[in-house]
Amino acid sequence: MKNKLSVFTALLLASTASHAADLEIHVQNLTQGIYFTPLLISAHPEEMMLFRTGEHASAELQAMAEGGNIELLANQMGNGGANNLENPAGGLLEPGMMASGMLSNDEGNASLSLVGMLLPTNDGFVGLDSWPIPSEPGTYHIYLNGYDAGTEANNEARGSGMPGEAGFPVPPPLEALIGHGGTGVTTEESNQTVHIHRGNLGDSNATGGKSDIDSTVQRWLNPVAKVTVIVN
Amino acid sequence: MKLVNSTVRLAVGLTILGGLTACGSDNEPVVSNPPPTPPPIEMKTFEVTLSNLTYGQPLSPAALLLRNEGALWEIGQMASVEVERIAEGGDNSALLSLAGNKVTASADGPLEPGMSQTFSLQLEATESANLTLVTMLVNTNDAFTGLTGLNLDAMQLNDSWSMTSGIYDAGTEANSELAGTIPGPADGGVGFDAMRDDVDFVAMHPGVVRQDDGKADSVLTQMHRFDNPAIRIRITRVE
Repeated sequence: MKNKLSVFTALLLASTASHAADLEIHVQNLTQGIYFTPLLISAHPEEMMLFRTGEHASAELQAMAEGGNIELLANQMGNGGANNLENPAGGLLEPGMMASGMLSNDEGNASLSLVGMLLPTNDGFVGLDSWPIPSEPGTYHIYLNGYDAGTEANNEARGSGMPGEAGFPVPPPLEALIGHGGTGVTTEESNQTVHIHRGNLGDSNATGGKSDIDSTVQRWLNPVAKVTVIVN
Repeated sequence: MKLVNSTVRLAVGLTILGGLTACGSDNEPVVSNPPPTPPPIEMKTFEVTLSNLTYGQPLSPAALLLRNEGALWEIGQMASVEVERIAEGGDNSALLSLAGNKVTASADGPLEPGMSQTFSLQLEATESANLTLVTMLVNTNDAFTGLTGLNLDAMQLNDSWSMTSGIYDAGTEANSELAGTIPGPADGGVGFDAMRDDVDFVAMHPGVVRQDDGKADSVLTQMHRFDNPAIRIRITRVE
């Protein structure tokens, strides 16, 4: 407990406030070939958010979706009074793997959100937007989709993780898994709002073609992740 | 949300519970093997209707098992050889003879897209039962669907649960889509191969690529595409 509450006050709050709780959170990557960059999980007031479909991505979201940088989003949420769980996997969450962590949310932080970049993609991310944290103790499962931030053309080529720069980063072990020499699938991003990702195209040519992505390995169908929340 | 909902969601990936109306328009004959028991005292029977929701993926003869244990596969974990056999080749015999099965049922033949089959599973009313249902999408390398470890003990007479299930990749065979590797009618190739030349863990399936999407050596076409969910399962306790 960060707050210096007396036991009496804590009990009083627990009985009257509906949403202060200790949350045990597990996130599983359900894909066979897509990596998640460090995850940001945030319990926040209803009026805050990490992302929303149909709206333009914030600069902070763009930095996460294009390069896996959650620092800006985490600071933004933290400054707004949210409780954050950052990088529970301690790096990339590999295909099929699970990351776990604890998150204590303050009263009023009754919405749970999550983001992490999907690799290899240009600006794809796994996302949860404002799931209402139940007040009733129990185990809850949520399935998450892959989103596109709408900030970068999906050229599917090696490149940069910096916002506004083309291509996607290839940190290890992706360096060894991704092709070279793709000429680029597209230079356009006609939908510049956050939307459901249309998926990777990929190709069978590791040294050329349009895409540096392997079409038989680094694709996905939704859902891409399962979140288990245990409300204590 | 009740615990039951949680368990179901855990087991089947994509789940909708509720009293949806029956959709089995083409119920196939039922094959059931009740356990060799002394004179039954009170029995319970579950009727399970499986519907193929895909466009062009026949489903291999399904295996239905009632067991004490829970899940027979898990995301992120290696597939058992029994699951590999059905996922790669549509062969459910190893699953049906798995140690620990209390009651099993199997389809006589494949389930074509748009069709349904109904199975009956009977056991003593006091016995606990976890349902596993597995079937292969036959025009793939190693895609399967179903559910595993769904506990049915809370079901009362005439209770009906309906759910859908997504598509898993066994991770035991690379999704090459090459001629000779797919047992379904798209290819007529080899089914089970003991060699494991893929990531060797179960996960959600990434989808098929097909010659129509630039994989020139694929035997699959646009008609073999699929998306989640692949099947609907309706379970009713009728006794």
